[in-house]
Amino acid sequence: MMSLQKATLFALYAVLELAEDTDRQLSASEIAERYNISTNHLAKVLRDLGRAGLVESVRGAGGGYRFCGNAKRTTLLDVVQLFEEVGTGPSNSIVQNTNAGAALSLVMDEIEEITHATLLSITIETMLKLMRKRRPEKPTSTGLFRAV
Amino acid sequence: MDAAQNAPGYNLVTIGEHKINIRPAVLEDLPNVVDLDDRTTGLRKPDYWDDLFTRYGNRKDSRFFLIAEEGSTLLGCIFGEVRSWEFNSVPCGWVGTVSVEPDLRMGGIGTILYKEICRCFRKAGVTKVRTMIPRDATDLMSFFRSQGMMAGPFIQLETDMEEGA
Repeated sequence: MMSLQKATLFALYAVLELAEDTDRQLSASEIAERYNISTNHLAKVLRDLGRAGLVESVRGAGGGYRFCGNAKRTTLLDVVQLFEEVGTGPSNSIVQNTNAGAALSLVMDEIEEITHATLLSITIETMLKLMRKRRPEKPTSTGLFRAV
Repeated sequence: MDAAQNAPGYNLVTIGEHKINIRPAVLEDLPNVVDLDDRTTGLRKPDYWDDLFTRYGNRKDSRFFLIAEEGSTLLGCIFGEVRSWEFNSVPCGWVGTVSVEPDLRMGGIGTILYKEICRCFRKAGVTKVRTMIPRDATDLMSFFRSQGMMAGPFIQLETDMEEGA
Protein backbone atom coordinates (compact mmCIF):
# COMPACT_ATOMS: atom_id res chain seq x y z
CA MET A 1 0.00 0.00 0.00
CA MET A 2 1.28 3.40 -0.92
CA SER A 3 1.82 5.71 2.02
CA LEU A 4 1.13 9.42 1.62
CA GLN A 5 2.23 12.15 3.95
CA LYS A 6 -0.58 13.81 5.91
CA ALA A 7 -0.27 17.07 3.99
CA THR A 8 -0.64 15.24 0.67
CA LEU A 9 -3.70 13.36 1.83
CA PHE A 10 -5.29 16.54 3.20
CA ALA A 11 -4.59 18.29 -0.12
CA LEU A 12 -6.28 15.49 -2.06
CA TYR A 13 -9.29 15.61 0.26
CA ALA A 14 -9.57 19.37 -0.17
CA VAL A 15 -9.10 19.42 -3.94
CA LEU A 16 -11.61 16.62 -4.52
CA GLU A 17 -14.13 18.05 -2.07
CA LEU A 18 -13.95 21.51 -3.65
CA ALA A 19 -13.80 20.28 -7.26
CA GLU A 20 -17.00 18.30 -6.74
CA ASP A 21 -18.91 21.58 -6.88
CA THR A 22 -16.88 24.50 -8.22
CA ASP A 23 -19.60 27.02 -7.29
CA ARG A 24 -19.47 25.97 -3.66
CA GLN A 25 -17.18 27.62 -1.14
CA LEU A 26 -16.03 25.73 1.90
CA SER A 27 -13.94 26.94 4.82
CA ALA A 28 -10.94 25.02 6.08
CA SER A 29 -12.87 24.11 9.22
CA GLU A 30 -15.82 22.75 7.23
CA ILE A 31 -13.54 20.46 5.20
CA ALA A 32 -11.51 19.51 8.28
CA GLU A 33 -14.65 18.57 10.18
CA ARG A 34 -15.90 16.42 7.29
CA TYR A 35 -12.67 14.39 7.23
CA ASN A 36 -11.91 14.59 10.94
CA ILE A 37 -8.52 16.21 10.38
CA SER A 38 -6.63 19.15 11.85
CA THR A 39 -8.02 22.53 10.74
CA ASN A 40 -4.68 24.28 11.28
CA HIS A 41 -2.81 21.72 9.22
CA LEU A 42 -5.45 21.83 6.46
CA ALA A 43 -5.36 25.66 6.40
CA LYS A 44 -1.63 25.53 5.70
CA VAL A 45 -2.20 22.94 2.95
CA LEU A 46 -4.93 25.12 1.40
CA ARG A 47 -2.52 28.04 1.27
CA ASP A 48 -0.06 25.82 -0.62
CA LEU A 49 -2.83 24.74 -3.00
CA GLY A 50 -3.71 28.42 -3.47
CA ARG A 51 -0.14 29.27 -4.42
CA ALA A 52 -0.25 26.40 -6.94
CA GLY A 53 -3.40 27.86 -8.51
CA LEU A 54 -5.63 24.95 -7.65
CA VAL A 55 -7.87 26.68 -5.10
CA GLU A 56 -8.68 30.30 -4.36
CA SER A 57 -9.93 31.93 -1.22
CA VAL A 58 -13.12 33.96 -1.29
CA ARG A 59 -13.35 36.66 1.35
CA GLY A 60 -16.41 37.95 3.13
CA ALA A 61 -19.54 36.41 4.60
CA GLY A 62 -19.96 32.89 3.31
CA GLY A 63 -16.39 32.99 2.11
CA GLY A 64 -14.04 30.07 2.03
CA TYR A 65 -12.14 28.19 -0.62
CA ARG A 66 -13.21 27.01 -4.03
CA PHE A 67 -11.53 24.92 -6.72
CA CYS A 68 -10.18 27.05 -9.57
CA GLY A 69 -7.98 24.52 -11.40
CA ASN A 70 -8.73 22.61 -14.59
CA ALA A 71 -10.22 19.30 -13.47
CA LYS A 72 -9.67 17.75 -16.90
CA ARG A 73 -5.99 18.66 -16.95
CA THR A 74 -4.96 18.39 -13.30
CA THR A 75 -3.77 14.94 -12.30
CA LEU A 76 -3.36 13.31 -8.91
CA LEU A 77 0.39 13.52 -9.49
CA ASP A 78 0.14 17.31 -9.87
CA VAL A 79 -1.35 17.52 -6.38
CA VAL A 80 0.85 14.88 -4.76
CA GLN A 81 4.07 16.42 -6.09
CA LEU A 82 3.27 19.72 -4.39
CA PHE A 83 3.90 17.99 -1.09
CA GLU A 84 6.19 15.03 -1.72
CA GLU A 85 8.35 13.44 -4.37
CA VAL A 86 7.08 10.48 -6.38
CA GLY A 87 9.08 8.20 -8.61
CA THR A 88 12.46 9.52 -7.61
CA GLY A 89 14.19 6.17 -7.77
CA PRO A 90 15.01 3.55 -5.21
CA SER A 91 15.00 4.24 -1.53
CA ASN A 92 18.18 5.84 -0.21
CA SER A 93 18.30 3.17 2.44
CA ILE A 94 18.96 0.45 -0.15
CA VAL A 95 22.66 -0.35 -0.43
CA GLN A 96 23.15 -0.09 -4.18
CA ASN A 97 26.64 -1.57 -4.54
CA THR A 98 25.63 -5.08 -3.48
CA ASN A 99 23.90 -7.82 -5.49
CA ALA A 100 20.98 -7.88 -3.07
CA GLY A 101 20.73 -4.09 -3.06
CA ALA A 102 20.80 -3.90 -6.86
CA ALA A 103 18.12 -6.60 -7.15
CA LEU A 104 15.93 -4.89 -4.55
CA SER A 105 16.35 -1.60 -6.39
CA LEU A 106 15.01 -3.20 -9.58
CA VAL A 107 11.86 -4.27 -7.75
CA MET A 108 11.43 -0.93 -5.98
CA ASP A 109 11.94 0.90 -9.27
CA GLU A 110 9.13 -1.15 -10.80
CA ILE A 111 6.80 -0.19 -7.96
CA GLU A 112 7.81 3.48 -8.24
CA GLU A 113 7.21 3.52 -11.99
CA ILE A 114 3.75 1.99 -11.65
CA THR A 115 2.87 4.45 -8.90
CA HIS A 116 4.07 7.38 -11.02
CA ALA A 117 2.18 6.21 -14.12
CA THR A 118 -1.00 5.63 -12.12
CA LEU A 119 -1.01 9.04 -10.43
CA LEU A 120 -0.11 10.74 -13.72
CA SER A 121 -2.96 9.11 -15.62
CA ILE A 122 -5.80 9.94 -13.23
CA THR A 123 -7.25 13.43 -13.52
CA ILE A 124 -9.37 15.21 -10.94
CA GLU A 125 -12.34 14.83 -13.29
CA THR A 126 -11.81 11.06 -13.42
CA MET A 127 -11.67 11.02 -9.62
CA LEU A 128 -14.97 12.93 -9.48
CA LYS A 129 -16.52 10.25 -11.70
CA LEU A 130 -15.19 7.57 -9.34
CA MET A 131 -16.57 9.46 -6.36
CA ARG A 132 -20.02 9.68 -7.93
CA LYS A 133 -19.88 5.98 -8.82
CA ARG A 134 -18.52 4.70 -5.54
CA ARG A 135 -19.84 7.13 -2.97
CA PRO A 136 -19.04 5.65 0.48
CA GLU A 137 -21.80 5.21 2.99
CA LYS A 138 -20.02 7.52 5.39
CA PRO A 139 -16.77 9.51 5.18
CA THR A 140 -13.65 7.79 6.40
CA SER A 141 -10.34 9.25 7.47
CA THR A 142 -8.32 6.83 5.38
CA GLY A 143 -9.87 7.16 1.91
CA LEU A 144 -7.88 5.82 -1.00
CA PHE A 145 -4.50 6.16 0.63
CA ARG A 146 -2.98 5.58 4.03
CA ALA A 147 -1.51 8.66 5.67
CA VAL A 148 1.75 8.48 7.59
CA MET B 1 -26.80 4.07 -32.32
CA ASP B 2 -25.77 0.80 -33.93
CA ALA B 3 -22.59 0.91 -35.96
CA ALA B 4 -23.26 -2.60 -37.21
CA GLN B 5 -26.20 -1.20 -39.20
CA ASN B 6 -23.78 0.90 -41.29
CA ALA B 7 -26.66 2.93 -42.73
CA PRO B 8 -25.76 6.48 -43.83
CA GLY B 9 -27.01 8.96 -41.27
CA TYR B 10 -28.28 6.25 -38.95
CA ASN B 11 -25.31 6.53 -36.60
CA LEU B 12 -25.00 10.31 -36.67
CA VAL B 13 -23.83 11.87 -33.43
CA THR B 14 -23.50 15.63 -32.95
CA ILE B 15 -20.60 16.98 -30.90
CA GLY B 16 -20.56 20.77 -30.92
CA GLU B 17 -20.45 21.75 -34.58
CA HIS B 18 -19.36 18.30 -35.73
CA LYS B 19 -21.84 15.80 -37.13
CA ILE B 20 -20.04 12.49 -36.76
CA ASN B 21 -20.95 9.17 -38.30
CA ILE B 22 -19.84 5.95 -36.59
CA ARG B 23 -19.72 2.85 -38.80
CA PRO B 24 -17.72 -0.33 -39.34
CA ALA B 25 -14.51 0.21 -41.30
CA VAL B 26 -14.43 -0.80 -44.96
CA LEU B 27 -11.42 -1.56 -47.15
CA GLU B 28 -11.49 1.92 -48.68
CA ASP B 29 -10.91 3.46 -45.22
CA LEU B 30 -7.47 1.87 -44.83
CA PRO B 31 -5.36 4.60 -46.50
CA ASN B 32 -6.98 7.23 -44.25
CA VAL B 33 -6.54 5.00 -41.19
CA VAL B 34 -2.85 4.53 -42.05
CA ASP B 35 -2.47 8.31 -42.41
CA LEU B 36 -4.21 8.96 -39.08
CA ASP B 37 -2.03 6.38 -37.34
CA ASP B 38 1.04 7.97 -38.91
CA ARG B 39 0.02 11.43 -37.61
CA THR B 40 -0.75 9.97 -34.19
CA THR B 41 2.20 7.65 -33.62
CA GLY B 42 4.78 8.89 -36.11
CA LEU B 43 4.99 5.37 -37.55
CA ARG B 44 3.58 4.36 -40.94
CA LYS B 45 2.36 0.74 -40.81
CA PRO B 46 0.23 -0.08 -43.91
CA ASP B 47 0.91 -3.82 -43.70
CA TYR B 48 -0.16 -3.92 -40.06
CA TRP B 49 -3.47 -2.15 -40.77
CA ASP B 50 -4.10 -4.26 -43.86
CA ASP B 51 -3.63 -7.43 -41.82
CA LEU B 52 -5.74 -6.05 -39.01
CA PHE B 53 -8.58 -5.18 -41.39
CA THR B 54 -8.44 -8.69 -42.85
CA ARG B 55 -8.83 -10.15 -39.37
CA TYR B 56 -11.26 -7.60 -37.88
CA GLY B 57 -12.97 -5.72 -40.69
CA ASN B 58 -15.39 -8.32 -41.92
CA ARG B 59 -16.32 -9.95 -38.62
CA LYS B 60 -19.38 -8.61 -36.84
CA ASP B 61 -19.79 -11.32 -34.23
CA SER B 62 -16.74 -10.91 -32.01
CA ARG B 63 -14.28 -8.57 -33.76
CA PHE B 64 -15.00 -4.92 -34.34
CA PHE B 65 -13.20 -2.23 -36.31
CA LEU B 66 -15.12 1.04 -36.23
CA ILE B 67 -14.41 4.48 -37.60
CA ALA B 68 -15.69 7.97 -36.87
CA GLU B 69 -16.04 10.30 -39.83
CA GLU B 70 -17.43 13.70 -40.68
CA GLY B 71 -18.47 13.78 -44.29
CA SER B 72 -15.66 11.88 -45.96
CA THR B 73 -13.04 12.91 -43.39
CA LEU B 74 -11.80 10.24 -41.00
CA LEU B 75 -11.66 11.58 -37.43
CA GLY B 76 -10.91 8.45 -35.44
CA CYS B 77 -10.99 4.68 -35.25
CA ILE B 78 -11.11 1.89 -32.70
CA PHE B 79 -10.80 -1.86 -32.88
CA GLY B 80 -11.25 -4.70 -30.48
CA GLU B 81 -12.41 -8.24 -30.05
CA VAL B 82 -13.94 -10.67 -27.62
CA ARG B 83 -11.32 -13.09 -26.34
CA SER B 84 -12.15 -16.16 -24.34
CA TRP B 85 -10.12 -18.10 -21.78
CA GLU B 86 -6.77 -16.52 -22.55
CA PHE B 87 -4.70 -16.42 -19.37
CA ASN B 88 -7.59 -18.29 -17.68
CA SER B 89 -9.80 -15.25 -18.14
CA VAL B 90 -13.53 -15.55 -18.71
CA PRO B 91 -14.62 -14.07 -22.07
CA CYS B 92 -14.19 -10.31 -22.19
CA GLY B 93 -13.79 -7.50 -24.71
CA TRP B 94 -10.32 -6.24 -25.52
CA VAL B 95 -9.80 -2.81 -27.03
CA GLY B 96 -6.74 -2.94 -29.29
CA THR B 97 -6.35 0.78 -29.65
CA VAL B 98 -8.33 3.95 -30.11
CA SER B 99 -7.00 6.72 -32.29
CA VAL B 100 -8.41 10.24 -32.74
CA GLU B 101 -7.28 13.11 -34.96
CA PRO B 102 -4.78 14.95 -32.71
CA ASP B 103 -6.43 18.39 -33.10
CA LEU B 104 -9.80 17.02 -32.03
CA ARG B 105 -8.76 15.16 -28.90
CA MET B 106 -10.67 15.68 -25.65
CA GLY B 107 -13.69 16.58 -27.74
CA GLY B 108 -15.69 13.42 -27.19
CA ILE B 109 -14.93 11.45 -30.38
CA GLY B 110 -12.88 8.81 -28.55
CA THR B 111 -15.63 8.46 -25.97
CA ILE B 112 -18.26 7.83 -28.67
CA LEU B 113 -16.04 5.20 -30.32
CA TYR B 114 -15.33 3.57 -26.96
CA LYS B 115 -19.00 3.49 -25.97
CA GLU B 116 -19.95 2.03 -29.33
CA ILE B 117 -17.39 -0.77 -29.19
CA CYS B 118 -18.53 -1.51 -25.63
CA ARG B 119 -22.08 -1.77 -26.96
CA CYS B 120 -20.79 -4.22 -29.59
CA PHE B 121 -19.02 -6.23 -26.87
CA ARG B 122 -22.17 -6.37 -24.75
CA LYS B 123 -24.13 -7.49 -27.78
CA ALA B 124 -21.53 -10.26 -28.19
CA GLY B 125 -22.32 -11.43 -24.68
CA VAL B 126 -19.52 -10.05 -22.48
CA THR B 127 -19.74 -7.57 -19.62
CA LYS B 128 -16.09 -6.63 -19.05
CA VAL B 129 -13.72 -4.66 -21.26
CA ARG B 130 -9.91 -4.53 -21.06
CA THR B 131 -6.99 -2.92 -22.78
CA MET B 132 -3.20 -2.71 -22.41
CA ILE B 133 -1.34 0.58 -22.59
CA PRO B 134 2.34 1.54 -22.60
CA ARG B 135 3.17 2.99 -19.19
CA ASP B 136 4.44 6.21 -20.76
CA ALA B 137 1.39 6.73 -23.01
CA THR B 138 -0.08 9.18 -20.53
CA ASP B 139 -2.82 10.66 -22.75
CA LEU B 140 -4.07 7.25 -23.78
CA MET B 141 -4.03 5.97 -20.22
CA SER B 142 -5.87 9.10 -19.04
CA PHE B 143 -8.48 8.50 -21.72
CA PHE B 144 -9.19 4.94 -20.62
CA ARG B 145 -9.11 6.01 -16.96
CA SER B 146 -11.70 8.67 -17.77
CA GLN B 147 -13.92 5.87 -19.10
CA GLY B 148 -13.78 4.25 -15.67
CA MET B 149 -11.03 1.71 -16.33
CA MET B 150 -8.86 0.68 -13.38
CA ALA B 151 -5.95 -1.74 -13.04
CA GLY B 152 -7.23 -5.28 -13.59
CA PRO B 153 -6.25 -8.57 -11.98
CA PHE B 154 -3.46 -9.29 -14.50
CA ILE B 155 0.09 -7.96 -14.59
CA GLN B 156 2.04 -8.03 -17.84
CA LEU B 157 5.53 -9.49 -17.43
CA GLU B 158 8.38 -9.70 -19.92
CA THR B 159 12.12 -10.24 -20.20
CA ASP B 160 14.90 -10.12 -22.73
CA MET B 161 15.63 -13.75 -23.66
CA GLU B 162 19.17 -14.78 -23.07
CA GLU B 163 21.09 -16.37 -25.91
CA GLY B 164 20.45 -20.12 -25.90
CA ALA B 165 17.62 -19.90 -23.41
